[in-house]
Amino acid sequence: MHNTGDVKVPIGPQHPALKEPESFLLTLRGEKITAASVKIGYNHRGIEKACEGRTYIQDLYLIERICGICSHSHSTAFAQAVEEIAGIEIPARAKYIRTIVAELERVHSHLLWLGVAGHEIGFDTLLMYTWRDREVVMDILAQLTGNRVNYGMNTIGGVRRDIKAEQIPQVLKGVDTLEERTKYYIKIAGEEPTLINRLSKVGMLSYEDAIRMGAVGPTARASGVQRDVRKDDPYAAYADIDFKVITHNTCDVYGRTIVRVLELMESFKIIRQLLAKLPEGSISVRAPRKIPAGEAVSRYEAPRGEDLHYVRANGTDKPDRVKVRAPTLANVQAVALMLEDRYLADMPIVVAAIDPCFSCTDRLVSINDADHNSKNTFEWEKIHRDSIEWYKKRGIDFAKLNKTF
Amino acid sequence: MSPEEAIKNDLERKFDFLNGNITIKRARRIFVDVPFERFHDVLDYMIKKMRCAMLSGITGLDEVENFAAIYHMSPEGKIMVNLKVKISREKPHIKSIMQYFPIAEMYERELEDLLGIHVDGLPEGRRYPLPDGWPKGEHPLRKDWKGAGLEMKLEGTDA
Repeated sequence: MHNTGDVKVPIGPQHPALKEPESFLLTLRGEKITAASVKIGYNHRGIEKACEGRTYIQDLYLIERICGICSHSHSTAFAQAVEEIAGIEIPARAKYIRTIVAELERVHSHLLWLGVAGHEIGFDTLLMYTWRDREVVMDILAQLTGNRVNYGMNTIGGVRRDIKAEQIPQVLKGVDTLEERTKYYIKIAGEEPTLINRLSKVGMLSYEDAIRMGAVGPTARASGVQRDVRKDDPYAAYADIDFKVITHNTCDVYGRTIVRVLELMESFKIIRQLLAKLPEGSISVRAPRKIPAGEAVSRYEAPRGEDLHYVRANGTDKPDRVKVRAPTLANVQAVALMLEDRYLADMPIVVAAIDPCFSCTDRLVSINDADHNSKNTFEWEKIHRDSIEWYKKRGIDFAKLNKTF
Repeated sequence: MSPEEAIKNDLERKFDFLNGNITIKRARRIFVDVPFERFHDVLDYMIKKMRCAMLSGITGLDEVENFAAIYHMSPEGKIMVNLKVKISREKPHIKSIMQYFPIAEMYERELEDLLGIHVDGLPEGRRYPLPDGWPKGEHPLRKDWKGAGLEMKLEGTDA
């Protein structure tokens, strides 16, 4: 890489698992990012249009497939909107079951994120540990819903599967194991100097910028923004439950890590309360096939932040309009700000820190050398390796930790 | 008085043309029909005086006789105020709100791409969310759009 002039580095856009796969255009001076811009829209699947041509029940399954990680978030947000238009009050037991699955989904998503974050900074032991532990919650989800992902729990008017009394002790046992493990991660996050040094002051997003850029979820809360739909606009069973909204004031990737690990503890608390208070009764009410004309806006706190669904019905069995605003679309625009004035070596962790559904890693980075008019292309894996080496040279090395943990 | 009613009264006092156009659908959900010409006055007031610091999204609609856009906004993140503006079908355009909410950029590009509503004042930039080679004048969320002949038009493009 030439180091005198500005170099533009396009990164992406191959993230095929995400509804909004993104590409970044970074302008570099030396190793510092002087400007960053975000482009999104690849892999637009036309789901909103497709919903208009299908029935509400078909749409529920289609919408569940917007995201493979927070699938329950989308299907609940959609079902809530349709139920509101139709004037359906779902049974209390259904609300509780929806909330239990929602929190289990948050646990699996946050553990997944913690592993990805560990991997991006070269702390692969953390990845192995968290993903091993994540299997516990995946097993619980599979037991309760029949599926590891895309649970298919929701229907218009309630849920499709009940939680049996004999399943509850097993769920609680799993939650205890996960809580033990999470305490260990909280200890690491609070004490391990390598981790603290690597993540602190990286990917800064001030409180004002978080508000101005409309950041949501843990990304906003790590900048001190007290925003959580579960508290602000309670849905499902959240109004009956006691929990804290976790915020942090360091405004960096470290803060985003702390917020997520502490949120795991809150999720365990919520799941225990829900199971203890699980009301008796039916799990669904009959919903009409044709939904009367009307409109509703449904909000949901997905693991990544506020998920917004707007549904308009026209009296037929198909919606007139379905609009989805997934949380990553709200957060991705703040990433450009977080990257500015940082080193290229921080790019992988800063991007990963908003948790943009990072399940596919086949990304290409091509470097256009403005001075030499040449073009080099290399893979995400190389930029990932380079970033780890870059920090190693500066004394931040997880290799030793990887052996001792 | 509930906080929802307080917002309703505040808006009706300030803008008499909103009388009868504000519906409280349920707790924390207010829908407001705003005339096209006065949209920015209402928006300005809500942001500056009612501290609406959060924009959760913009929904574009094709209502056949006209288009519409709904701005999902919220003071303090709790009560959601949905401002709906009707947009003429003959010359569909609306002013950008990026000076208030930089985040609106992607939502407004979506209005342009999917419904063909021109957003005045939107800076130059890449389209969103349709692909680069998508043919001109094809706006999938329009009710009269059937995608006829699209394959022919897409031939030889990146899309």
